Amino acid sequence: MVDLRPYVALFRGQARSLTSYRASFALELSTNVFATVMDVATVLVLFRVSRTLGGFTLHEALLVVGLSSCAFAAADLAVGNIERIKFYVRTGLLDAVLVRPLGALPQLLLMDLPLRKASRCAFGTGVLVVAAATAGIEWTPGRVALVVAAPLAGMVFFSAIFVVSAAVAFWWVETGEIGNAFTYGGRDFTSYPITVYSGWFRRLFAYGMGFAFVAYYPALALLGRADPLGLPVWVGYASPSVAVVAAVAATAVWRVGIRHYRSTGS
Amino acid sequence: MTAVIEAHGLRKEFTVRVKVGRLRREKRVVAAVDGVDLRVERGEMLGYIGPNGAGKSTTLKMLTGILTPSAGRARVCGLVPVPQRTRLARRIGVVFGQRSQLWWDLPLRDSFDLLRHIYQVPAADHAARLRRCRGLLDLDEFMDTPVRQLSLGQRMRGELTAALLHGPEVLFLDEPTIGLDVVSKQAVRSFLAELGAGGDVTLVLTTHDLADIERLCRRLVVIDHGRVVHDGSIEALHARYGSRRRVVVDLDEPVAEPPEGAVVEADGRRLVFTVDGPAAPVIARLAALPALRDLAIEEPDIEEVVTRLYLSPGAP
Repeated sequence: MVDLRPYVALFRGQARSLTSYRASFALELSTNVFATVMDVATVLVLFRVSRTLGGFTLHEALLVVGLSSCAFAAADLAVGNIERIKFYVRTGLLDAVLVRPLGALPQLLLMDLPLRKASRCAFGTGVLVVAAATAGIEWTPGRVALVVAAPLAGMVFFSAIFVVSAAVAFWWVETGEIGNAFTYGGRDFTSYPITVYSGWFRRLFAYGMGFAFVAYYPALALLGRADPLGLPVWVGYASPSVAVVAAVAATAVWRVGIRHYRSTGS
Repeated sequence: MTAVIEAHGLRKEFTVRVKVGRLRREKRVVAAVDGVDLRVERGEMLGYIGPNGAGKSTTLKMLTGILTPSAGRARVCGLVPVPQRTRLARRIGVVFGQRSQLWWDLPLRDSFDLLRHIYQVPAADHAARLRRCRGLLDLDEFMDTPVRQLSLGQRMRGELTAALLHGPEVLFLDEPTIGLDVVSKQAVRSFLAELGAGGDVTLVLTTHDLADIERLCRRLVVIDHGRVVHDGSIEALHARYGSRRRVVVDLDEPVAEPPEGAVVEADGRRLVFTVDGPAAPVIARLAALPALRDLAIEEPDIEEVVTRLYLSPGAP
């Protein structure tokens, strides 16, 4: 059994560090809300132009956005700062992490506590609650469980994406913004019903990488709508298993990455 | 008795891409550490020196579990560094002169408290060690200052404390005096001397400042191009590479014909001899000189010896 107390201590330390920058914390909190508001505003603006989006009404599409931004914001809050691994590798801070008697990944996650991102998370949850209340869902126990489980599974899924795209830094330190194509790109992809995309692009992102299971299929299952692309309804309930697969894969990539770092150095 | 640190044929290769021509790049394998054997007993204070890029830090990284050796074996405190990293981490302390183990935005006091939880040190042990460090390193005046506001010297004293609070058996120091002013250097050195005098902590120290070594380490390992070129006492180093003691003679009047082997300085009023081996024959010869005012023997400077060692190509 892993003793969590040292990690709790690390967490407390970071929380205490934050209080030394109160003003900048407040500012970041508000700018972060703005970013999420824009995501939702984009969808609203699209509906000013068209009554439906990929065959979905405004309320249905809002449910997709809500699920997506709730999951993404939670993942960004929990593991988003793993992006800074590039900086840790370059400055050798990773060495300091490796001489402590704790796991490297949890230490890195706790090295910067992005509480400022909590506002996004709250906003995403708000959108999800409003959308779920107004989309005319016929509530069954299964759907109630799904509306809670889907954002959590989505969070795990996005966390896995964050970890994998950050682990690339172990091979190429100067990865630039490639990782963002999959993290922020993935969020943008999941914000819309996947019926708006087509061809190989949809196949790759939706099924190949699994982004369709974050918001689209759970939303269909909640709404009780048949998938225009032909998959059965139970697929919406499969999102937790997809998340587990992604998490296992991400852990493996991380392990290989850190072993590679340790055999090559910075 | 088993050694605290044992390394056999430790080797670390890096692949570097070298530009050849306009577009082509060639992979080349460079050995940063090329077969280092090392055996350090408990309580030893070892100076590990070498020019930039000689492989000092790479060796330390392999011994502390940060890097996996390409070849060879290492054991520290009976553990294999990389696979048993977290267990080893509890038994060693590491101070990087250029990297911090402390929390930038927190007062030192809080950093020390966090480390107690991270290493899960019993409160009484932690308090006792902290008390000792506070006394020896004069931490009290800045215990409540955020680390980011500390001077380098103060921060380094904090780093030393941080590395010792879990009672490590081996302390690895990678250039602990780099960038420090004279006073702080002295503070760090006397602290380490005091620590080493106890005999239960093993110290491994890399440095560019040879005064650190002269003050602290009876044993010196010199590494160059990834290989150990000297392992022994400072005296042995002098003996091996020519202990160039200098005999300096001051005269009342300029000498007309300088004796053989002398370098004439100060308009002929000073003669300097470099001596390999015993100085007595030279002195006997000089005593006969007319107008002899003063005679001094200057002990060899380790800096000079090491410079010669670094410069000599293909040192044995």
